[in-house]
Amino acid sequence: MNALVLILRREMRLALRQIGDSAIIVLFFVLAAVLFPFGVGPEPNMLARMAPGVVWVTALLAAMLSFDRLFTPDFEDGSLEQLALGPAPLEMVALAKAAAHWLTTGLPLMIAAPLIAVLYRLPEAGYGALMTTMALGTPTISLIGTVGAALTLGSRRGGVLLSLLVIPLIVPVLIFGAAAIDAAIGGFPVHQHLMLMGGFLLGALVLTPLATAAALRQALE
Amino acid sequence: MRFFGENLSCVRGERLVFSRLEFAVDPGTALVLTGSNGSGKTSLLRVMAGLTRPTIGQLSWDDGPVNDDPERHHNRLHYVGHLDALKPVLSVRENLETWARLHGGTDKKIALALKKLRLKGFENIPGRYLSAGQRRRLSLARLAASDAPLWLLDEPTIALDAASVDAVRALIAEHRAEGGMAVIATNVDLGIVDTTSLNLLDFAAAEEDIWEGVT
Repeated sequence: MNALVLILRREMRLALRQIGDSAIIVLFFVLAAVLFPFGVGPEPNMLARMAPGVVWVTALLAAMLSFDRLFTPDFEDGSLEQLALGPAPLEMVALAKAAAHWLTTGLPLMIAAPLIAVLYRLPEAGYGALMTTMALGTPTISLIGTVGAALTLGSRRGGVLLSLLVIPLIVPVLIFGAAAIDAAIGGFPVHQHLMLMGGFLLGALVLTPLATAAALRQALE
Repeated sequence: MRFFGENLSCVRGERLVFSRLEFAVDPGTALVLTGSNGSGKTSLLRVMAGLTRPTIGQLSWDDGPVNDDPERHHNRLHYVGHLDALKPVLSVRENLETWARLHGGTDKKIALALKKLRLKGFENIPGRYLSAGQRRRLSLARLAASDAPLWLLDEPTIALDAASVDAVRALIAEHRAEGGMAVIATNVDLGIVDTTSLNLLDFAAAEEDIWEGVT
């Protein structure tokens, strides 16, 4: 447990020293969302209709940009070897990496999400669901992203491969995330969507560290 | 306390690097791995560290197979490889702290390690401004910053000046005097006294040999 805290602290320290990396992800999120009205026209009702989907899709795309920074620098400079030789099992390293990724990418995206919702005039009833789904969905995305990042470690042009691997796994989060916000706006119950998203998160929390650790061991061989 | 390997073979990229290799390290001794480039010195060190699994054979510590509890094995070794595991955005002290704390190193030991590797006065310099020799020394400072009985060193003196080579030699001597073990892969004579030597070329085997061991 002590090792988990130490690794998490290291990751946070590195992320804060390179704060630009996280800022670019959030900037991409906002910019991509801002582009839609230019393409589809500024009709307020249509934008409000689109808001849940746009927020979720652009958040996913922004997160995709961040995954190849998860393990590649550590792999190239030998830090990953040292982490693997540390006292903590690699599963714990994987969990710490996912947690740090969420704190430096998922959380900023979650904080920026209402800003985009305001730009799109999302009806008031949708904000609660937006924040809840973001809170449940972004950690799932971080966890699944670590698996993809570990699997594509050391491969050339890993970024494209990573998207191909990760996007299909994240689609359920997108579907239920956007659907929950839609349901909240329409006055329907949202709890079944949220329970499913909670289920995804718990499943990912258990399974992805195992998969990530296995992939990292393979990469280090 | 004894660290040994039996009947080790290693295949890297469909090439048999070494086979039927035996080694043993006892407290206070140093094993020097020699052999031409590509003879498998680094591969053997990685096998010893547990980063790579041997294709055949077994590593043991006091009669217990290392594979039974890999984390415990990791806890009793320091591995300094070709890559220095330094972050350009962290200072010298922060870089060392990251790894030393993970292995239970204290503030005192970290300060002492910096002094031993002649990095005193450079503590707050970011990693990106270090020269190749300084990077190497910072990497080697991990050895002194926390305790581990087994040191696995891959060409430890590359890029080091004469004074630093002396410092590394003293570090290894001190470690051995305290009952530590060292395995050093090198092609230059480090001037370390009283070592056992293992030439990897003695274990380079013909390709067809390896499959005999697999049943």
